[in-house]
Amino acid sequence: MERVPVLKIGDILLVSIQIDMEDQTALQLQEDLAERIVVTGCHGVIIDISALDIVDSFVGRTLATIASVSRVLDAETVVVGMRPAVAITLVELGLSLPGIRTALNVELGIEMLARSREDEYADDDEDEADPATVTTP
Amino acid sequence: MNDESQRIPVSTDQDVVRVRQLVRTVAVAVKLSLVDQTKLVTAASELARNTLVYGMGGMVEVSRVHNDRRGGIRIVFADQGPGIVDLDLALTDGYTTGGGLGLGLSGARRLVDEFEIETEPGKGTTVTVVKWCR
Repeated sequence: MERVPVLKIGDILLVSIQIDMEDQTALQLQEDLAERIVVTGCHGVIIDISALDIVDSFVGRTLATIASVSRVLDAETVVVGMRPAVAITLVELGLSLPGIRTALNVELGIEMLARSREDEYADDDEDEADPATVTTP
Repeated sequence: MNDESQRIPVSTDQDVVRVRQLVRTVAVAVKLSLVDQTKLVTAASELARNTLVYGMGGMVEVSRVHNDRRGGIRIVFADQGPGIVDLDLALTDGYTTGGGLGLGLSGARRLVDEFEIETEPGKGTTVTVVKWCR
């Protein structure tokens, strides 16, 4: 069975799926990613599927599970590079990938992750600032 | 009616990948559009997985077909598995007995032009699909 490599770039784990995956390979990727998120403490995962000429219900479900597991482990997942024909087919198949964030390419995916991380920090700052404004005369 | 056909036994995950690759090759050869190729390969992947998971393995046959107006591809997925007791239910979106999403059979039907299913409890299931060139 082939294995899909997981690359760490700064605070992001990047996965580029370049092979026609067997079901077992997809499940292995799911496990590898969860493991790497915990080991590296990365807060973002980008899965590039631009090389995939189909996404069937099994791969679709695996992507959704990866996104959910990542979220539980404090990492945000963005699926990037979906081909137009794949998008049309997925929707007709009945799979709209709820809960999965998408971007058109890796660059936009990285921007999306950076933005959502900033928003999160901004929220945190506000929370901390509130009691200070009350106690300071 | 059909000039040539190729058969692939399906008994492992890897065979499902082989079915996808064969269907893609034939889809390109009969000049299906890119979207139709994608739909057919996706449908084939769902149905071959069903043959493997629910049918306990079986045989897939891919044939080029043509009528007087156009060409196309016919794919037959045959297994000698347990068969389907309630076909209407099995064809309902979201119904599954295998822990999947329940979109394989119902979704595959939407992705092809012709869809036929013959099943008998205890005897097995044969699904035949056809996709025509536009």
